[in-house]
Amino acid sequence: MAKHETPMLDELESGPWPSFVSDMKQEAEARAKNVNNVEYQIPVDVVDDLLGVLELSYKHGRTHWKHGGIVGVFGYGGGVIGRYCDQPQEFPGVAHFHTVRVAQPAGKYYTSEYLRQIMDVWDLRGSGLTNMHGSTGDIVLLGTRTEQLEEIFYDLTHKYNTDLGGSGSNLRTPADCLGTSRCEYSCYDTNALCHFLTNEFQDELHRPAFPYKFKFKFDGCPNCCVASLARSDMAFIGTWKDDIRIDQEAVQAYIGGEIPPNGGAHAGRDWGKFDIQKEVIDLCPTGCMWMDGNELKINNKECTRCMHCINAMPRALRIGEDTGCSILVGAKAPILDGQQMGSLLVPFVEVNPDNDYEAIINYIDKIWDWWMMEGKNRERLGETIRRLSFQKLLEACDMEADVRHVAYPRENPYIFWKEEEVPGGWDRDVKEFRKYHQR
Amino acid sequence: MALPDNAKEMIVEELTKKSKTKTKFYFNDLSKMFPEESPRAVKKLVNEMVSEGTLEYWSSGSTTMYGLKGMGDLG
Ligand code: SF4
Ligand code: SF4
Repeated sequence: MAKHETPMLDELESGPWPSFVSDMKQEAEARAKNVNNVEYQIPVDVVDDLLGVLELSYKHGRTHWKHGGIVGVFGYGGGVIGRYCDQPQEFPGVAHFHTVRVAQPAGKYYTSEYLRQIMDVWDLRGSGLTNMHGSTGDIVLLGTRTEQLEEIFYDLTHKYNTDLGGSGSNLRTPADCLGTSRCEYSCYDTNALCHFLTNEFQDELHRPAFPYKFKFKFDGCPNCCVASLARSDMAFIGTWKDDIRIDQEAVQAYIGGEIPPNGGAHAGRDWGKFDIQKEVIDLCPTGCMWMDGNELKINNKECTRCMHCINAMPRALRIGEDTGCSILVGAKAPILDGQQMGSLLVPFVEVNPDNDYEAIINYIDKIWDWWMMEGKNRERLGETIRRLSFQKLLEACDMEADVRHVAYPRENPYIFWKEEEVPGGWDRDVKEFRKYHQR
Repeated sequence: MALPDNAKEMIVEELTKKSKTKTKFYFNDLSKMFPEESPRAVKKLVNEMVSEGTLEYWSSGSTTMYGLKGMGDLG
């Protein structure tokens, strides 16, 4: 028998999709039964009370969580998000309901043993509810009490060799795609770079002093599987300098129908015979592909690395061999000023583990110095760039403006001449001028 | 530029002075007290004060603020 009546939540279970309400009820029941004889360190009915307070919030049309708090583990300014319920008498199980963010390993590779260990800690010291994964990629452990935090932190760091993730005004847990570990499109080892920078910037991750949150995301190619382009203040997107490698025999095999396009992804329905002209060449956004007799040609200078042709014919077309990454900056969700995608800052930078990614760290340092100095409270990097201009960011990075920084000609005229760049400066001889121009 | 020797006392004094109206402060409010210094140097100092137990973090989840330990409410 459920502890609280939840008629409104019950309705959410009636739709065609799996419901979080059913998941929570299942967990509430499992805790009540306790077949493993866990010595629960927080109230056994925490999940029942969570269902109860959620129902009440729906009834009242307002939240019953208080905002934020002074909770955390010693020495860390992030990783724990304090939540207290404002109806603790009615719902004592969720009087404290803090969230713990656990850093995901690079590429989200973990063993089932590791996941079981995390759940052993969490069933014992928390609600048993998780969010796999939060939008930054962390393993999110939902709901525990203040006195459990240090214990959880000790177990995670000492027994399971893992760490808390980021929250608040600091570097958030860096996230990456699978990269070269699994994916042939990857232009660099995203897992290695993500792991290296996570270790390198421990202080920025755990000791908040930024104007607001800051996210790094690493995608091995422009397919952007971790959506770095849309969701990170600094996106590291794999790219190449030389030519797309073409295997003309495989091109013919696609045309002849021997190899299914897109790795067979459209096999569920008969789309007709593969048409290279219609499905690849005509869809190239820069129009830089054509057939010369039986040969596929690409004008690589015009290619923007959109990935379309490579995705369609992966056995015929491969990324180039001179690889590195592009850095884009300023993407963010729409709290202020609306949603923003990243803007290209560095067209190509080498990704070199042998010198500890020196070239990349150089840009990170410059951007942080500038943003920490100029950024207003609660201002994302993208908003600082918009307020002060992209040109100011270029100056902070010791970079010259370049045509690739212009999104649309004449639409965003943020690049201005400076006096020292113009022959003769701003001064002019009016008499000389009047010789040629009437009033 | 180095931080003044009594930088920590200056921070405590400033936050105590303002504590009647405000108990939580952005990092910027602290770093602006030392305009000549790089924010990263101020960050080091402020975090030392947290480890020593003079200051504490307050977090909403998205934003972090600093306050004198024990000042202001828990929520
Ligand atoms: S972003 Fe590119 S390299 Fe990374 S997993 Fe996706 S397709 Fe592969
Ligand atoms: S990657 Fe995109 S832009 Fe480049 S050749 Fe292929 S379809 Fe065209």
